[in-house]
Amino acid sequence: MARISLFDIVGPIMVGPSSSHTAGAVRLGLATRRILGEDVRKATISLHGSFAATYWGHRTDVALIAGLLGMGMADKRIPQALELAQARGLDYSFHSVNLGDVHPNSVEIQAHGEHGKLTVRGASIGGGRIRLFSIDGFEVSVDGTYTVLMTKHRDEPGVIAEITRVLALHGINIAFLDVSRKMRGSEAMLLAETDDPIPTEVIEHVQRLPGVLMVRSLPCF
Amino acid sequence: MEISSAQGLLELCESHHQSLPEVVAAYEAFRTNSSVETVWTEMERTLEVMRTSVQNGMKDRGDLAHIIKGYGYLFKEADAKGQLLGGELFKKIILYSLSVGQYNASLGRIVACPTAGSCGVVPGALLAVAEELGSSDQEVVDSLFVVGGVGIVSAAQGPISGAEGGCQAECGVASAMAAGAITYLAGGTPDQVFQAASLALQSHLGLVCDPLASLVEVPCVTRNATSAVSAVVAANMALAGIPAVIPYDETVVAMKLIGKALPESLRETSQGGLATTPTGKRIYAEMRAKHSL
Repeated sequence: MARISLFDIVGPIMVGPSSSHTAGAVRLGLATRRILGEDVRKATISLHGSFAATYWGHRTDVALIAGLLGMGMADKRIPQALELAQARGLDYSFHSVNLGDVHPNSVEIQAHGEHGKLTVRGASIGGGRIRLFSIDGFEVSVDGTYTVLMTKHRDEPGVIAEITRVLALHGINIAFLDVSRKMRGSEAMLLAETDDPIPTEVIEHVQRLPGVLMVRSLPCF
Repeated sequence: MEISSAQGLLELCESHHQSLPEVVAAYEAFRTNSSVETVWTEMERTLEVMRTSVQNGMKDRGDLAHIIKGYGYLFKEADAKGQLLGGELFKKIILYSLSVGQYNASLGRIVACPTAGSCGVVPGALLAVAEELGSSDQEVVDSLFVVGGVGIVSAAQGPISGAEGGCQAECGVASAMAAGAITYLAGGTPDQVFQAASLALQSHLGLVCDPLASLVEVPCVTRNATSAVSAVVAANMALAGIPAVIPYDETVVAMKLIGKALPESLRETSQGGLATTPTGKRIYAEMRAKHSL
């Protein structure tokens, strides 16, 4: 069993009212913003299950937008997130959706930036902890405990070896490695959870590798 | 280094010749591969947030809350007019815990301790007692490590969420954490700390989680005040040498089993208890009519 974090018990420091419906929702928005890697211009947010039923009471909508604007769960500006979104030109809409057999506090966020777009599905699993379970249709499992390097690349021999070689070259240790693809020979995804932060030059190096289509890094959150 | 039971934690104190706060701080430093100083600084920040939430909560009129409006404020006003019963400590505990709970419902920044739903208990009881005793900041930070120690052994052996264990797992555990810390602050021994924690949790066994309209408002916030007062009752009994009889670790397991025996309708689903009384249903219907996707 993993050791219990002292500041998960005497904490976290967060903006209320609910750790799973408010604090966790902020983190889901923030994780999406970080993977997108740029300001969110447009967000289509679909709430599932308990999120859809109780979002208004715990301000899950406000919290998700706060996260998409780059705020953390203790940010005092969270209550003003909807007004801030308007001021910053973030166009958003909320919908109700059935994502199937997933955690009751789940959400799908389609986020568009100036340069790219992204679809994330994730859940708030209690006490402010979250888990992303799908990124652009790829099945993943990311909980923010570790820094993550994420790539989309062509499903061909040697690409993964090259990516991990670059990490090794920069002295970055991989704690967990997850690869998936939709179809043989098409687009694939790699998620490397690392013990060390990933500097910009590593991202740029990986970006230049043959076969790599897209690279993102997600600091632990 | 592992903290998984009260008994284990007490043994660590004895074998390392360290106080409870020292052992808990060392544990967290070990766990995160950082220093005791770093952990200490983080706890000082946590205390600061707790204090600010008390102060802000007293002024909060509940504009952003759905049902509860200015509970801390109302209490303070009534006290100023001399309308309330009891001594200063008693009233202060109630005032502080109501204020933090109100502030949480109003989207204020709080310390979830152990949860957001029970965030008023520890600051309410601990900060009021610290003022009564004239404790230094260092002593209060120390006692927050005791809060954490009781919380960690609780989470290691039982639930700390209403969805799993009902309110006994939130306000009950918070009350135990506060009781232990107050006992420490008042000069109790490590053993008395856990006697107090056990007495506090024993008084909450069976408490269900049945909030109106799924909101962290009714009865959560007023219940926080009751649990904070219970913490001081438990601490006083432990300091007087009254034993809990059932050790804390066993009380936590009893709480866990009671939680399992509770129907799902009484575990944070708003499908039973106060939530489904005629008034509870009416309030829910009013809320739903105002907001739907």
